[in-house]
Amino acid sequence: LHIITFTRSTPDTEARVEVGPDGAVTWGNAATIVNPWDEYAIEEAILQAEKASGSTSVIAIGPDMHEEALKHCLAMGVQQALRIWDPELENADSLGYATAAAAAVNKLDAADLVIFGRESIDIGTDQHIYQTARKLGWPMLSYVARILAIDTEARTIQVERLLEQGRQVVTSKLPVVISVMKDINEPRYPSFIGIRKASRASIPVWSLADLGISLPPVRTQVVSYSNPPARTADVEMLSGTPEEQAAQLVERLLEEKVL
Amino acid sequence: MSAVYVWIEIFTGEAVATSWEALGAGRTLADQLNVPLTALVWGQNAAAIAALAGQYGADTVLVCEDATLEAFRLEPYAALLAHLVQAHQPRIVLAVGSSRGRELLAAAAADTDSGLITEITEMALADDGTIRAQRPVYAGKITATVTAYAAETVFLALRGRAFPAPEPDAAGKPAITAVAPVLAESDIATQIVTFDTAAETVSLTDAAIVISGGRGMADNPETPPAGVEDAAVWKAQHGFEHTLQPLAQVLNAAVGASRAAVDAGYIGYAHQVGQTGKAVSPDLYIACGISGAIQHQAGMRTSKVIVAINKDPAAPIFKLAHYGIVGDLYQVVPALTTALKGKLGR
Repeated sequence: LHIITFTRSTPDTEARVEVGPDGAVTWGNAATIVNPWDEYAIEEAILQAEKASGSTSVIAIGPDMHEEALKHCLAMGVQQALRIWDPELENADSLGYATAAAAAVNKLDAADLVIFGRESIDIGTDQHIYQTARKLGWPMLSYVARILAIDTEARTIQVERLLEQGRQVVTSKLPVVISVMKDINEPRYPSFIGIRKASRASIPVWSLADLGISLPPVRTQVVSYSNPPARTADVEMLSGTPEEQAAQLVERLLEEKVL
Repeated sequence: MSAVYVWIEIFTGEAVATSWEALGAGRTLADQLNVPLTALVWGQNAAAIAALAGQYGADTVLVCEDATLEAFRLEPYAALLAHLVQAHQPRIVLAVGSSRGRELLAAAAADTDSGLITEITEMALADDGTIRAQRPVYAGKITATVTAYAAETVFLALRGRAFPAPEPDAAGKPAITAVAPVLAESDIATQIVTFDTAAETVSLTDAAIVISGGRGMADNPETPPAGVEDAAVWKAQHGFEHTLQPLAQVLNAAVGASRAAVDAGYIGYAHQVGQTGKAVSPDLYIACGISGAIQHQAGMRTSKVIVAINKDPAAPIFKLAHYGIVGDLYQVVPALTTALKGKLGR
């Protein structure tokens, strides 16, 4: 069983992210962390590989800053890390990401399972996950809350997915791409030895030429970033006894027509 | 023929209400491009829902009722959508970005190497055919403006509740065409085993009103029964069930929670609002005992009206709120429930 996960470095969840005067996104001196959703994907990859005496790999697509996320994965216990970067990926949209991601999966040892965290918080989307599955030509199971069984003999997987309307149990043939939710596991902290080993690891970087692909045309472009509009009105504090506060609030909410 | 396509999501034989928002946004774009508005209605009860799509503004409907499409699965749906896009080259394919809407549009866009923008909160179509859309990034801390080259098909997934749903017009009678599925059952790698709708689910993202509880839920004055191991957890769980839930029932609201409350085991993860939970933008958001950490704000700051109830007057949530109440949520919330019952007659 070979399991591949994807990760990237994103600003700390508590960081104040804003658009600077030059129009670029900045988070000051705040640290970058592993995209928070990816920790669950990494943990699940390690757990499932341990169960089946399998192996794990992790891939990041992006410039130098993403090496930190890869080292965190190695420190947690992932066996192999790989970074994909090429100047041509600089302005790529999700189609370009998915094309490179699928090519990287195909170039590593044959994988049975690719695990993504639910979404990437920096780019605010999960679209590249589904597109990677399509570029691989594999089935896709999103929002997985639990892996119920992996049968490497019959080449099947059964999972529980958490959807808007309830919990779905679904089976798929392997290989498959899945994306996992927060409550699937409790991600481990890297061990001291793991961190030391990871800090010395040299992570290979592959270009598009190494992958032997060219990217599809860029279809979408981020033209600018802006800070969300600041709240203009101040908060109206309601005072009195709890009953008086409740009565005033009901009046305000009726005026606002939100009931 | 060029058109604007809108995918209508069906769950157990009924249209998911937010789908009509996409039909409303699609009407505007189709009128601007001077092309027909085509609804894609597939799955259980599709014929009846096709007629309904006409009332919400569709000129034509492409219907597919087939066993392989009865419940949503990505493979047969994406294959059919990609096939129709390749065959008819619509200018735009729209859907509300529910979990299914996003994965369907992303998959068909990948299959056809088309542009895709998701989580759109605002958009405009320029005269030269360029789509200019706004979407939240960095968990809502920043807005990105994204353009799509509109020479070929562009896929657009709208954020739920960001665009108004049109008023239905009973006179709308769409031209209905049946289409055939692309994949046979034997071509599909996934099989649905069960779907449990009862188990701990909250349609947080669709709800018009959300009432959330945070760490302050543990300040419940109720005394836990003998033998309870963790009094704070018992108190908070009891509070969600007996204090927040009754208010939610009166308001027909969904119950949310902060990450602190979920991490402490007060309530299930399905209820979490915020950066590592769900992003919501209801008409009314009532935060009870939530301090308002930046990562919580990221998930609810676009709510139309925000009410904060917190015992700490310095809590950051009051900087975001429209109405604030400094007080004990275990006194204020029951008083609010009683007052609303009286006013709303429920």
